[in-house]
Amino acid sequence: MNFKHKYFFLFPGLFVLIGILIFPIIFVVRLSLSGWNSYNPGLDYIGLENYIRLFTDDPRFWESFFRLSFLSVTTVILQYVIGFALAHMVWKDIKFKRFFRVLFLVPMMTTPVIMTVIWRTFFHESLGPVNDMLSVFGVAPKWLTDPVIAKFTVIIVEVWQWTPFMFLLLLAGLLSLPKEPFLAAAIDGASPVRKFIYVTFPLMAPISIGAIIIRLIEASKIMDTVYVLTSGGPGTSTETSSFYIFIKGLREFQMGYAASMSFTYLIIMIISLTIIAKVLTKVLLKE
Amino acid sequence: MKTCLTAIISSLMIFSPMAYADKWSDQFPHIKATGDIPGDCSYEKMSKKNYKGKTLKINTHAIPVMGEPTALHAEQFEKLTGAKVEVTHTPAGDLYSKAMVPFQAGQAPYDVVFGFSNFINDWKRYLAPVPKKYMNSPEMKDVTKSHMGVSSWDGTMYQYPVDGDRHYLKYRKDVIDNPEMQKKYKADTGNELRVPRTWKEYAQMAKYFNDWDWDGDGEKEYGSAEVMKKDDLMFAAFFSRSVAYAKNPRTPGGFFFDLETMKPNINNPGFVEALTDWVEATKYVPPGGTNFGLGDEIGSFGGGQTLFSFSWDDAFIAAMQDDSPIKNKVGAAPLPGADKVWNRVSNSWENQYNQAPYIVWGWAVGVAKKSKVKDMAFDYLCFFSNGANHQADLAIGRFGVNPFKNSDFDPNIYINSMGWDPEIANSYTQTLLDMEKSNNRVFPLRVPGVFEFTSAVATGTSKALAGQLSPQEALDEVAKEWEAIVSRVGKKAVQDAYAVGVKMEDNKL
Repeated sequence: MNFKHKYFFLFPGLFVLIGILIFPIIFVVRLSLSGWNSYNPGLDYIGLENYIRLFTDDPRFWESFFRLSFLSVTTVILQYVIGFALAHMVWKDIKFKRFFRVLFLVPMMTTPVIMTVIWRTFFHESLGPVNDMLSVFGVAPKWLTDPVIAKFTVIIVEVWQWTPFMFLLLLAGLLSLPKEPFLAAAIDGASPVRKFIYVTFPLMAPISIGAIIIRLIEASKIMDTVYVLTSGGPGTSTETSSFYIFIKGLREFQMGYAASMSFTYLIIMIISLTIIAKVLTKVLLKE
Repeated sequence: MKTCLTAIISSLMIFSPMAYADKWSDQFPHIKATGDIPGDCSYEKMSKKNYKGKTLKINTHAIPVMGEPTALHAEQFEKLTGAKVEVTHTPAGDLYSKAMVPFQAGQAPYDVVFGFSNFINDWKRYLAPVPKKYMNSPEMKDVTKSHMGVSSWDGTMYQYPVDGDRHYLKYRKDVIDNPEMQKKYKADTGNELRVPRTWKEYAQMAKYFNDWDWDGDGEKEYGSAEVMKKDDLMFAAFFSRSVAYAKNPRTPGGFFFDLETMKPNINNPGFVEALTDWVEATKYVPPGGTNFGLGDEIGSFGGGQTLFSFSWDDAFIAAMQDDSPIKNKVGAAPLPGADKVWNRVSNSWENQYNQAPYIVWGWAVGVAKKSKVKDMAFDYLCFFSNGANHQADLAIGRFGVNPFKNSDFDPNIYINSMGWDPEIANSYTQTLLDMEKSNNRVFPLRVPGVFEFTSAVATGTSKALAGQLSPQEALDEVAKEWEAIVSRVGKKAVQDAYAVGVKMEDNKL
């Protein structure tokens, strides 16, 4: 029997893959070699000019990249810790377990842009309720107008919005763990802390690595929160790579240059996330 | 008998517009204050058009500013002509790209595109010029010279005038004109409390009236509400503060650049002085004021939170609406000036008073060249700004429709149909009219790649406001970026385009 025709069944999927992944990437690479902008639309060829500009004359891109690294690593660590704690809590037999499981997922089910508008209203320094309440204690943080505090405001909103995702993945992981190691630990008389350190955490390591990497990929695209909350300000203190690429591409319409930044960013992210995954695997799965 | 007949005919002639007015305002309550006003695109005229089976697609701003009147007039247009009108609402920051992406791809998903008047250079090649029949209409003849210029490129109109914008000063009249406050201010500072003539006076007064309850409503008030949020029109606020120091009527040939050399003026001492003032202003804005966008500014001043504000009309109109706590307690005045102005030719300060109006960019709208329903699209725009709609729109602050017709400068419009105090209506119309007459006006930058230039200003000035850079360092960075943009776009292309704006500023167009 000739099985060669089976490859025809791959074509639909292959076409979709080419259409939504391969073609856009190739187009971005080609676009990055052009000077397409508002006054010169078209795929002309300017060689590596955009890349030379990016690597030699655009410190703002690199500043935004390091800022992004800080924001994404910080938010993901916090999301992991809080998400793990919450998942661990509802994993056990507690009252209203089902209610809490649903409750903890609510932030993730809301629309990020709308929730960020609401957070912006909360943090509004003269009209928002947060400072109104804090005024009782005589403090009024500059949530959105202080370059340092604004970063933490972005982190708060991101952590609130996406911890449920981490919670969901980790809870699924906890629910799939085998019971035997826990029974053995119980027979050995291990305390809850030791049980967590020596049984739960190591068993959760593969899932943790997956969850952290997925969230790091997502967090590295942070854009909507920054766009709505601070527009990258004050100054450039909350500007991230994706927001900067958005400004150059869709605000200033420097399509060619934005494409070169996008492609560079993609390469950097692939390399750095691969390294992070390797390091995490080495550290968490050392045994 | 003859006399009787004449009287009947005369009565019919006199009252016929009112008969229309009653008929149309019953059906369309939006124009109840005036009824239909006869004209080429009046309700009466539009009702005779038949666009049944045709669809008009519009991309406009989000609701309410400009988005709400677009949708309202679309609905009215549908009822009158039988057309189907689809309105898409887009955030301000994305209006440019939402039109540019399909324009550059050779498509016309929208027949009518709203944007800002400074997009004209980038958009004009994709827009249909306004046809002669509209250009010759009485409504168009009523548009001010400034706004004809703003909507046109070298004599050809590409953007249909629906709005007129300029920046001016708004202040709390109940404080500035209050004899007790004047006495107290004099006693405490040794200075006169009056409508500020200079930015330094503005700062002194704003600081004095900052962070205490000066109107006795139990809430603290502040000095000034300004658009300081990065990328949210903030560069326009900066230019408003710069014109006094950097627009010198004795040095024609460019405010933003030296037209001959195309060297940016943006980091000269005039602009630096303005940015230094602006950094100082962060001390007298409400908490969170450095993150205020236009909406926040309107809400803050219009809600009675600050003594001063400057920018577009909206905050003033909001303050004068019936539901405002400060209706008839505000005043309008020209932007403050300065006691010195930079002379970029002699490279020195001239120690004399200078004031310059800023005819800022505003809402603009065009019809896509590739649209298949251009006639209907222009009829819609003509209907949008007909006499009745325009007067009704002017009265609603959140609509963002501001005076751009000579007839708009009649104070009686505001006194009779909006209930304004005659003194305030007079000062408002006079302020706007004086700006039209000024010979020292600054017009918006309208060159290829304008967004790159303004984005660089927003980034640089916001760094200074955030304390990341000093004013001089920030503007040096902007100047460097501007030079790079000029080099990328091509010096000649920018120079040719800029020359058109300079002609307007130098009163040669």
